[in-house]
Amino acid sequence: MILPFLWMISSSLKTRSQVWVFPPDWIPDPVQWHNYVEALSGLPFHVYTFNTLRITIPVLLGTLLTASMCGYGFARMRFPGRDTLFMVFLSVLMLPAIVTMIPVFVMFTHLGWVNTLKPLIIPPILGGGPFNVFLFRQFFRTIPNELSDAARMDGCGDLYIYWRIILPLSRPVLATVAIFTFLANWNDFIGPLLYLQSDSKKTIALGLATFLGLYSTNWELLMAAATAVTIPALILFLFCQRYFVEGVVLTGLQGV
Amino acid sequence: MAPIATSIMDAARWRRVQRTLAGYFFISPGLLGIALFLVGPLIYSFWLSLTEWDIISPPVFVGLENFRTAFLDDKLFWVSLYVTVRYTLVAVPLTLFAALAAALLLDLNLLGISGFRAIYYLPAMTPAVASVVLWRWIFNSEFGLLNYILDFVGLPKVEWLISADVVMYSFWIMALWSIGPMMIIFLAGLHGVPRTLYEAAEVDGANAWRKLWAVTIPQLSPVILFNLVIGLINTFQVFTAGYLLTAGGPKNATLFYVLYTYRNAFEWLKMGYAASLSWVLFAIVMVMTLFIFRSLGRAVHYEAG
Repeated sequence: MILPFLWMISSSLKTRSQVWVFPPDWIPDPVQWHNYVEALSGLPFHVYTFNTLRITIPVLLGTLLTASMCGYGFARMRFPGRDTLFMVFLSVLMLPAIVTMIPVFVMFTHLGWVNTLKPLIIPPILGGGPFNVFLFRQFFRTIPNELSDAARMDGCGDLYIYWRIILPLSRPVLATVAIFTFLANWNDFIGPLLYLQSDSKKTIALGLATFLGLYSTNWELLMAAATAVTIPALILFLFCQRYFVEGVVLTGLQGV
Repeated sequence: MAPIATSIMDAARWRRVQRTLAGYFFISPGLLGIALFLVGPLIYSFWLSLTEWDIISPPVFVGLENFRTAFLDDKLFWVSLYVTVRYTLVAVPLTLFAALAAALLLDLNLLGISGFRAIYYLPAMTPAVASVVLWRWIFNSEFGLLNYILDFVGLPKVEWLISADVVMYSFWIMALWSIGPMMIIFLAGLHGVPRTLYEAAEVDGANAWRKLWAVTIPQLSPVILFNLVIGLINTFQVFTAGYLLTAGGPKNATLFYVLYTYRNAFEWLKMGYAASLSWVLFAIVMVMTLFIFRSLGRAVHYEAG
């Protein structure tokens, strides 16, 4: 499992001639830190990073808001059609992405949104993705009803209960959804590939793919770029590890 | 008397209407998303699948012609379907088994568990493009890590990405590398097995192997089913690796179905044909999922209540 990563880091710190040695050396000598500088300045990675953040941050905030709202509606309110609609939400998970990708692309072409960041920001915000709604719903169902009943007795409306009582109690699920959403957007390739064409609009993942095309045999630079792109996701993971497992436990497989 | 009764009834009805409106208010972002980016596009895509369209000139209605072409005339359609099914038939059981084995090992808690959990999850954290870059170097015929290992144990070098006969093995190896998410789900499932069942089995004198088969596997069967279905759906849609690592080659040996559909739509601008292909995929995934639920659903053990 870990071997490929060691190989990546080791290769990223070698000289060009040391990369082309068989059998390979594991310890780079001398260590070439400047590979990273060279790789990251080979293409405008700072622009790519900025674009990625411009997508990731609004999507993250929007997803947390709308997915938790939907989750609240499905978990804590009663209204006709609720369970049917929830099944519709869940069945979306079975739909291959390519089926809607084609018509949605045509739609955005008509709107003139191709080569803007909008197609990557607006759809995920609306509803926040069925899986996230599911996570929120499962979590909200575990919060005792007494709390919201008491507030209702005092004359509080659902918006107040959602915002002031339920959300503050939901830090674990908020963290889990935030992490999943951040990663999905940080790592997404096919969305940017479809919609972003000019260099000034590209995201990190798409930029790395361009880099792969341009420097296809400069392995030390490619490995440096790949390592650099992976590091933010790794740091996030190491700090938030427990939320991943909590997220899975939350899906409450036994209760599906 | 009567007016008071009506007003009470009115109040009750009014409260019900209010509650329904409030409920729909909360799920409205999701409903809007589903209407705009799911139901609308699905209808549109179904219409597109009955047309011939290059995006530039207006679409021409051709009825079921696209489906006829795919099934009868398009050799690449069958190639891509074969490639995808072949990949799936090995990758899904392989990853399912490996993920379960890894989860069982981790559940024994022999070593610091969280560290190992992190290591297994690392590949899933790596951006897909970064892992493609990494694997291209690992599979490099001359200087790659894999051939170094083969050389080390005295085996001949393999043309991992160049030979059409071998390239699928490379993809299976990559699939094996990213079992982390599946494994975490198994691990969570294992934590949910009641300890009392193991204690009861021990009282009956069951050994570790017997406990695995009589307690763990039946208790875990809903999780296995879940992983199987999700694994199938995801594996059938593999795209990025085929697109970036091999571009469908060599000799179309990794022309995965979604990659072929993508090319039809966005490289050759055959939007109508691509829409038909996507509906065929949708139908396959649906039938597959329903079939699994029908045939295995009964064998799955659910806790009463």
